[in-house]
Amino acid sequence: MTDQTIQTISRDPAPTAPAHRAKARESTVLGLTRKDLTLLIVVAILTVFAPFILNPFPADSALAQFNAGYPDLMQRFVIFGIFAIGFNILFGLTGYLSFGHAAFLGVGSFAGVWMFKLLGMNVLYAIVASVAFAGLFSVVVGFVSLRRSGIYFSILTLAFAQMSFALAYSVLTPITGGETGLQLAKTDPRIFGQSIADDGNIPVPSFFGLEMRDSTTLYMGGWEFTLNVGYYLCAVVMLVAFYVAIRIFRSPFAMMLRAVKSNQQRMNYTGLNPKPYMLAAFVISGMYAGLAGGLMVSMDPLAGAERMQWTASGEVVLMTILGGAGTLIGPVLGAGFIKYFENIFSKINQATLEGWFSVFPDGLSDLLVTLVYPFVGKGWHLTLGILFMLVVIFLPGGLVQGGQKLATVFRRDKNANAVEGPAADQRSQAGE
Amino acid sequence: MGILEVRDVSKNFGGLKALSDVNLSVAEGTVHAIIGPNGAGKSTLLNCLVGKLIPDTGSVSFEGQSVLGRKPHEINQMGISRVFQTPEIFGDLSVLENMMIPCFAKRDGAFELNAYGRMMADGEIVERAEHMLEDMNMADKRKMHAASMSRGDKRRLEIGMCLAQEPRLLLLDEPTAGMARADTNNTIDLLKQIKEDRPITIAIIEHDMHVVFSLAERITVLAQGTPLVEDTPANIKGHPKVREAYLGEQSGH
Repeated sequence: MTDQTIQTISRDPAPTAPAHRAKARESTVLGLTRKDLTLLIVVAILTVFAPFILNPFPADSALAQFNAGYPDLMQRFVIFGIFAIGFNILFGLTGYLSFGHAAFLGVGSFAGVWMFKLLGMNVLYAIVASVAFAGLFSVVVGFVSLRRSGIYFSILTLAFAQMSFALAYSVLTPITGGETGLQLAKTDPRIFGQSIADDGNIPVPSFFGLEMRDSTTLYMGGWEFTLNVGYYLCAVVMLVAFYVAIRIFRSPFAMMLRAVKSNQQRMNYTGLNPKPYMLAAFVISGMYAGLAGGLMVSMDPLAGAERMQWTASGEVVLMTILGGAGTLIGPVLGAGFIKYFENIFSKINQATLEGWFSVFPDGLSDLLVTLVYPFVGKGWHLTLGILFMLVVIFLPGGLVQGGQKLATVFRRDKNANAVEGPAADQRSQAGE
Repeated sequence: MGILEVRDVSKNFGGLKALSDVNLSVAEGTVHAIIGPNGAGKSTLLNCLVGKLIPDTGSVSFEGQSVLGRKPHEINQMGISRVFQTPEIFGDLSVLENMMIPCFAKRDGAFELNAYGRMMADGEIVERAEHMLEDMNMADKRKMHAASMSRGDKRRLEIGMCLAQEPRLLLLDEPTAGMARADTNNTIDLLKQIKEDRPITIAIIEHDMHVVFSLAERITVLAQGTPLVEDTPANIKGHPKVREAYLGEQSGH
């Protein structure tokens, strides 16, 4: 909500200025105001240079394990970023908390793998099919779930997702691969491609010949930077998805969604039908989830039912709230944050800790290792949980609100209220 | 034949007869007040008009078309707007955005998937919303968070939002309930102004006799779910039945 409020505040200083003048003054590029365009450009620069930015430590240094600039993890950053951006269109704008979005991710994944099996290894097939199938599935789930609101809506979506998971795991094994997951085989038809690659293996996903796994490694002094085709494809898709999300957030459609959140009664008595608006938001966010699923299998062509499990649905809720629900950049930040923790913090084991604390005397070193160990390695959930609680309690507007607070402090801005006001709005939002 | 015709409407809640055989005709272009003691069925009647409740028997028609079985948003699109007892506005949105929503509803209908347009670039809508805010004397509050306004301003905004849809019938449910005398007088003046400026029909449910006798051209007294009497304010004031129904409640000034 912060973004909109700021936009409204900064739009036009003269209260009685005629509207047409205000309109003429507002110049846009690609349908974005300057502020939004700046945001998009900053995100674009960050994603393009992510392989460098995320690898700040030399490859052979002790801190190298904090480097996140390897393709697999960077792909996950942007893919979950897309997932969270889509989730935020539903949750951030309408306040309807879906607890079953992983089901759409799963449907997208399965659709993607099937395209690889049936049509060919071009990721375009997988991406288009995953969005389409997730969209269709979300029409069904949304139509039923949106008959209720609040906690009942959440429970209905959760029930749908768990049902999908259970089905995918058992009776739908011919379609989903069941316990082993859906994998490619040399016997797959791939009518627009080859069943078996020239080297005798299963072919790999590619984008018109560009193989997703292709990487170039740059060596600069002690630093290593890996530029990966798959990552850059995901990054481009994420930027497009982000751009579309900005456009949606600034559209009359988004205002109707915020109206649904604010007061459905008034909306009904203003001659507007909330149901199709809600369904449209639900389907759009389901398609985003499907897109994320399609990209996931494009990077690694295999899909398992556990992708639909409720923990996966919960994760995207955490990402969105941690980053800042209802803000544009928040969900992407949240996704990056959680994935970083999951992959980097979890890799710190006892031996690493002993290495760090070896400078201290034996007894103290052992004590420190014992104290810190529960928070790292397999205990990364504990650290994440504590951080999540701290954010929700002290920064209900998520990391975005934290950033705004910091900016206020650094600017020594007398108008701190301009930030605190919207932040206070988010407090009630995040509490829901 | 009035713009709003209520014929033999009855509504029971379990064993309770909330409305029995209510007949009401609101003439076009008038201010028609419906008064009555607590529990007389005023709000039930109003809810039957806007589609929130469906009467057990009888018919309700607006401009010759039946409203029964239609959803609230459909009835609104027919030309009936409703103001609530406690102001119902979009609290999370700015005042200007609040005003823009009914403008969209008026132009685009009950649903329009406009996810590609820019909200603030829609000149026609912004202009219309700004114009309405000026009409309501709220132009200086356009950037305010709607929830942070005073109750009187919220009421003013809500009425403005209803008017932005250019309804032919405006229903007001105790528009001055819980207001200070000054705010009440402001609301009365506002409604008088609205009536003067446009050919609108207003039906008002009210407890406050001061408001009723300042505005109404026609009054229906409801008691225990049936219309007791319908007449001009002057005749209602001295009507013995009305005094009886109110049993000592203030019956005029």
